[in-house]
Amino acid sequence: MANNTQAAPAASAEAQRSRSGVILVVIGLALLILAPFFLYPVFLMKLLCFGLFAAAFNLLLGYTGLLSFGHAAFFGGAAYFTAHAAKVWGWSPELAILLGVAGAVVLGLIMGAIAIRRQGIYFAMITLALSQMFFFFCLQAPFTHGEDGIQSVPRGSLFGFINLNDTMNMYFFVAAVFALGLFCIWRIVNSPFGMILKAIRENEQRAISLGYSVANYKLAAFVMSAAFTGLAGGVKALVMQFATLTDVQWQMSGEVILMTLLGGIGTMAGPIVGAGVIIALQNFLATSNIPVTVITGLVFMICVLLFRRGLVGELADSKLGRMIGLR
Amino acid sequence: MTMVFGVPIQALMGQLLVGLINGSFYALLSLGLAVIFGLLRVINFAHGAQYMLGAFVALLALNWFGLNYWFALILAPLVVGLFGALIERSMLSRLYKLDHLYGLLFTFGLALTLEGLFRWQFGASGQPYAPPAALTGGMNLGFMFLPIYRGWVIVFSLVVCIAVWALIEKTQLGAKLRAATENPTLVQSFGINVPMLLTLTYALGAGLAGLAGVLAAPIYQVSPLMGTNLIIVVFAVVVVGGMGSIMGAIVTGYLLGVAEGLTKVFYPEASNIVIFVIMAIVLILRPAGLFGKEA
Amino acid sequence: MTALLEVRDLHAWYGESHVLHGVNMHVNKGETVCILGRNGMGKTTTLRSIMGIVRKREGRITLGGQDLMAMALHRTARAGIGYVPEERGIFATLTVEENLMLPPQIASGGMTVDEIYRLFPNLEERRRSPGTKLSGGEQQMLAMARILRTGATTLLLDEPTEGLAPVIIDAIGEVLRELRKRGMTVVLVEQNFRFAAKVADRFYVMDHGQMSHEFPVGELAARMDMLHETLGV
Repeated sequence: MANNTQAAPAASAEAQRSRSGVILVVIGLALLILAPFFLYPVFLMKLLCFGLFAAAFNLLLGYTGLLSFGHAAFFGGAAYFTAHAAKVWGWSPELAILLGVAGAVVLGLIMGAIAIRRQGIYFAMITLALSQMFFFFCLQAPFTHGEDGIQSVPRGSLFGFINLNDTMNMYFFVAAVFALGLFCIWRIVNSPFGMILKAIRENEQRAISLGYSVANYKLAAFVMSAAFTGLAGGVKALVMQFATLTDVQWQMSGEVILMTLLGGIGTMAGPIVGAGVIIALQNFLATSNIPVTVITGLVFMICVLLFRRGLVGELADSKLGRMIGLR
Repeated sequence: MTMVFGVPIQALMGQLLVGLINGSFYALLSLGLAVIFGLLRVINFAHGAQYMLGAFVALLALNWFGLNYWFALILAPLVVGLFGALIERSMLSRLYKLDHLYGLLFTFGLALTLEGLFRWQFGASGQPYAPPAALTGGMNLGFMFLPIYRGWVIVFSLVVCIAVWALIEKTQLGAKLRAATENPTLVQSFGINVPMLLTLTYALGAGLAGLAGVLAAPIYQVSPLMGTNLIIVVFAVVVVGGMGSIMGAIVTGYLLGVAEGLTKVFYPEASNIVIFVIMAIVLILRPAGLFGKEA
Repeated sequence: MTALLEVRDLHAWYGESHVLHGVNMHVNKGETVCILGRNGMGKTTTLRSIMGIVRKREGRITLGGQDLMAMALHRTARAGIGYVPEERGIFATLTVEENLMLPPQIASGGMTVDEIYRLFPNLEERRRSPGTKLSGGEQQMLAMARILRTGATTLLLDEPTEGLAPVIIDAIGEVLRELRKRGMTVVLVEQNFRFAAKVADRFYVMDHGQMSHEFPVGELAARMDMLHETLGV
């Protein structure tokens, strides 16, 4: 009996949560479809790319507890691979993007295999150093064209018949990739595999003593995160029609950390909200003469000192959040 | 012309010198990082920005107040150390009870802010800083020409490194620091003001970065971004050495500087990345680092 | 006679778990008081709360009229109190002498280094070796010696005899009697009441976060049945 009275409210809270989850997803999809009719589509596409990037990063930081300071390598690397395949080899957009993802996976395997040998802050420093190494490679390799980058990348035709030079076509392609990517990440997080990742995040020693080969799980999470990051980077190269050193620089790794931290580490919606705020902020500051890094640096410090749960985390914990069943 | 391994000895010696110079900065900076990390368990991402700050203190002291290099050598570490103490007291100290990653993220934000502010104020391009008159010119060593300022940097930074090592390993203050690294609560229960010790330690680390900045000013140009890329290399140095030992940080700094210099002679294309490659190899063979004790 | 150390209705928590449930005790100047009790009853927590190492605490703790509850951790020692933890807390990266010299002097009247080396000759022989290279008994001596140097007049000692050989235990007993002669006030936590009987003036028995009994050393024999029952020995 005592059990039943306890279980009933818990079950109804669970139902409430999944109901409001469905409602939020429906609202999100509606926004995704309607937004380009009200806002500048290229801005929106950039936002979606960074939203997917941050969500992929959060798969690692939020759900596995690993802070990578080197995700720019996957984002910018995939952008280079996609741009090169589309421009020099004339590949179709979907294949060019797939090549970007494959490249990010290979980079992820190499960097991950080395970095997971240490934990915590060392992991962060090692990923940073390895991505810096990749940056120098991109600076010197001929196919990236050094400081100039790969410019005027053709968007081409999706599957040979959807002309992506049409902005709306391009937008809905990006929106579809974004939605699909998020859906996959959501499935991974809520799968048995995702549960083990969370167990590793909570208590690595216990996960080891339960017999899980923690190193393999970490590597798998790292590579998956790299793959989705590559997807975001490849699509971004087609959206912006260029790939440059900016995307492989360590500042980019810092930016994605900030987006995730600002939105809310370990929440599904957080990284997307964070990406939205940061991209909007950058657009806004582009016209002023204050360097963006001053503002991003300050936001970083404030988040770490005062809002470690991020915007979505704080909202979910507020009265309003509890009312609509976010928590 | 004398040749070594098919390379003229002058070129070899020249790059060895460059390697020793870079190694001096790697050693000074990784020493500061190790001192801070040992007690605070914080990776000070702002170390590069504090190095830049030291160089700017030297430049501005000269331009605004006419204070020369020798004043700057004393003034800059004090200014940067004081700045570090204020940051530690007011903000960083609130993060010690949390996951250590927050300290890294906070100092990363601090680095971005500082570098952005200086770029806003002084522009991104570098400004020259002349070496003091007493240290200009050079010496002909027979096999090579040694600019005196460079020799000074190597000798002086070595002296500073050894002094800091002795401070920590051989003095009573150092004993307090080592004890607080092992068990801060017990040390504080003895009546030692550990929070103050933490502030002093951060100030010492930041001050060392500031000192390195002054030393660097006449060699590299003084620019807001001079510390940014350097700090990432120093992180790799720290990973190679392991942060368990002060001496380890110093030795690794010089070794990797020389390794980088030699790479410039034999395979210049790889000189930018050789330290990262060494880091990867060390991680595969000996994950705890050359001098690291922890697993 | 007013008490030097006074603890009133002390509660303490480790995180969420409530460990002390209203501890009342007092220690007179120059007295050696021993707290007996089984493991997990709150003896160590009592010492750590008095010292201020456990911060989540409520109630009243005064030492010679000074309120210890209001002090920052590093101020407590300056009120004249020293703590020797159960795990001894010898630092591995410090030499024996550095360990000895680590706690700052808080008052005059502490032992000089020469006096300490006379009392613990082993420590002088090994003063240059790392602290943790000492034997368990020597580490215990060092942990006590470094507090004696500071001039503290009240000593909190947590299970000094644990895991030590009988001849070392006798030596520690000798030191404690010497300290009493010098007027030192001591709070001793012990499981070994045969040892405690030789050094203590008065006993508290601790049970589930409270003091359940209090009696002078003279009543020890009469209390044996109760002790066997509560201590399970």
